[in-house]
Amino acid sequence: MKIIVPIKRVIDYAIKIRVDPSKGPRGVQLANVKMSMNPFCEIAMEEAIRIKEAAAKAKKGAAEVVAVSIGPKQCSETIRTALAMGADRGVHIETKADVRGDYVDLQPWGIAKLLKGVVEKEEGGVDLVLLGKQSIDSDCGQTGPLLAGLLNAPQATFAAKVEQDDDGSFKVERETDSGTETIKLKPADSPAVISCDLRLNTPRYPTMPNIMKAKKKPVQTISLEDMVNELGLDLDDVLSPKNEVLEVYEPPPRKEGEMVESVGELIGKLKEKGLVA
Amino acid sequence: MVRDAARAWADAELRPHVRAMDDEGRTRPEVIRGLFEHGFMGMEIPEERGGSGLNFTSACLVVEELSRVDPSVSILVDIHNTLTNNAVRFWGSEGLQEKWLPRLAADCVSSFALSEAGSGTDAFAMKTTATASSDRSYYTLNGEKLWISNSREAGVFLVFANADPSKGHRGITAFMVDATSEGVRVGKPEKKLGLRASSTCPVVFDDVEVDAADVLGEVGLGYKYCINILNEGRIGIASQQIGIAKGCFDIAMPYMNDRTQFGTKIADFQGMEHQYAQIATEIHAAEVMTYNACRMKEAGIPFVKEASMAKLYASQVAERAASKSIEWLGGVGFTQELLAEKFFRDCKVGSIYEGTSNIQLQTIAKRIKEDYR
Repeated sequence: MKIIVPIKRVIDYAIKIRVDPSKGPRGVQLANVKMSMNPFCEIAMEEAIRIKEAAAKAKKGAAEVVAVSIGPKQCSETIRTALAMGADRGVHIETKADVRGDYVDLQPWGIAKLLKGVVEKEEGGVDLVLLGKQSIDSDCGQTGPLLAGLLNAPQATFAAKVEQDDDGSFKVERETDSGTETIKLKPADSPAVISCDLRLNTPRYPTMPNIMKAKKKPVQTISLEDMVNELGLDLDDVLSPKNEVLEVYEPPPRKEGEMVESVGELIGKLKEKGLVA
Repeated sequence: MVRDAARAWADAELRPHVRAMDDEGRTRPEVIRGLFEHGFMGMEIPEERGGSGLNFTSACLVVEELSRVDPSVSILVDIHNTLTNNAVRFWGSEGLQEKWLPRLAADCVSSFALSEAGSGTDAFAMKTTATASSDRSYYTLNGEKLWISNSREAGVFLVFANADPSKGHRGITAFMVDATSEGVRVGKPEKKLGLRASSTCPVVFDDVEVDAADVLGEVGLGYKYCINILNEGRIGIASQQIGIAKGCFDIAMPYMNDRTQFGTKIADFQGMEHQYAQIATEIHAAEVMTYNACRMKEAGIPFVKEASMAKLYASQVAERAASKSIEWLGGVGFTQELLAEKFFRDCKVGSIYEGTSNIQLQTIAKRIKEDYR
């Protein structure tokens, strides 16, 4: 069984984002800022490893988890973290240092086209692609659905629970506003594509022994240009943005709230603001 | 990556327990389990023996990151890795390593039982004896060790006892003693100023029989092993002290960036800027000294002087950082509302254990004198 997990290197979730207004659409400061694996990608990676561990326990044959990342040289660190979590090997499609992955240059369309190529190139086929539902920099949430469309694959988004049946199909629980929906995905010529939501699992920390083991796991590095050529894609099509970023600015600072002394006063204020009758 | 993984675990899994463990005066079992599960307890033990196969510098980085959150927990990890585990790896027979290393990596906490009521700095004045049986197949240990860290949690004690007092310190022998052995009694933990979650107890050895196979290395060479392992172990203590200093900054800096008086953030007053810049510089210097000592040790270059300097200086910097941090925090720094007061209490032993500051100064002086002779 083969599982592909695309992972994205983004600004660490705990960092306060700073915007330089003079830089226009490229205003988000990336220099000297701590970068980490996108939290939803971590959740996807964790799920892939759990599926692999379950398959090993049930003696259903070895599952292989492949981490794929598209970005500059430093993405190799993100891939190593995935390997330290338990992925078996990595694929790094290396972009030039000035190509921004946040949402300015490399956007979901280009990523999805590259990932489609990676999936189709895999010897022996791919059973499952697990992705995070969105990245915390661009918050597009498009890569999973675009990839599923390009692959003509069965897909489930916002997965809160994933189970695999004996016939190889996947049962996915999705949390929607009107309740939980359970759907069944049957991978056939194309893998199942599942994008993962927050409540799916709690990702493990890389343990010390696994960090050492990660150093020996293979990572294939290929430049974006070479990969585009190999897959017969158009570099312009992959790199030129389909969405244009018009403006980037910091949200206005939160105004201080008002303290009230009693429930009566609270109701009075709410009435004043026309929020209750 | 080692640093990031340790920091992530410490922030999420250790931090919630810190204040409670200090109040309770003990390290919680779930924290110890977490340490083993994440590979922090067998860091330099080879993978074939269940360890992580990391190097000494990585182990020090982990100690630093854990110290940034709780120095009581990092001291357990430091003693276990840099003293016991490494002593077993360096001088233990194949059989001893095979017997103990997998357990030390998996679930067995260790203690370094050297000090006694009458022998701290003067370690060789120890009175614990080890009497060989007539066929030399086992030794009987008798004595009382004092100030033993990790003793309540330990599954094994690395005990230094004299197998031939007539030879003075050349009789001192190191033994791996299973904590469940008949005659081993761990006394009540000391109530301490700091590192309160770390158990520090007297340990009595009352006719404890230890198999000859559990002698670490050679009989009578224990004094050498003990000096050598402490020479490197103190680099780990330096890492702990740096972690404490950084932990203080983690509390004080955000507070100073937030709190305003007279319409200005505390961090923006020039007087404050000068103070925290000075301390930050000293922390950086201590850090560079410590990791340079790691580099020298791993490169096989003599490092005893540099290790002493690192421990001496880092413990002094930690004390200054902790003390100043409380001042920068103002009144709230003096309360248990924040962990700054805990770091202040925790850092004090840094200039005392694993070689007092006075001893470090003597070690450094001796080496400098020799350089110039």
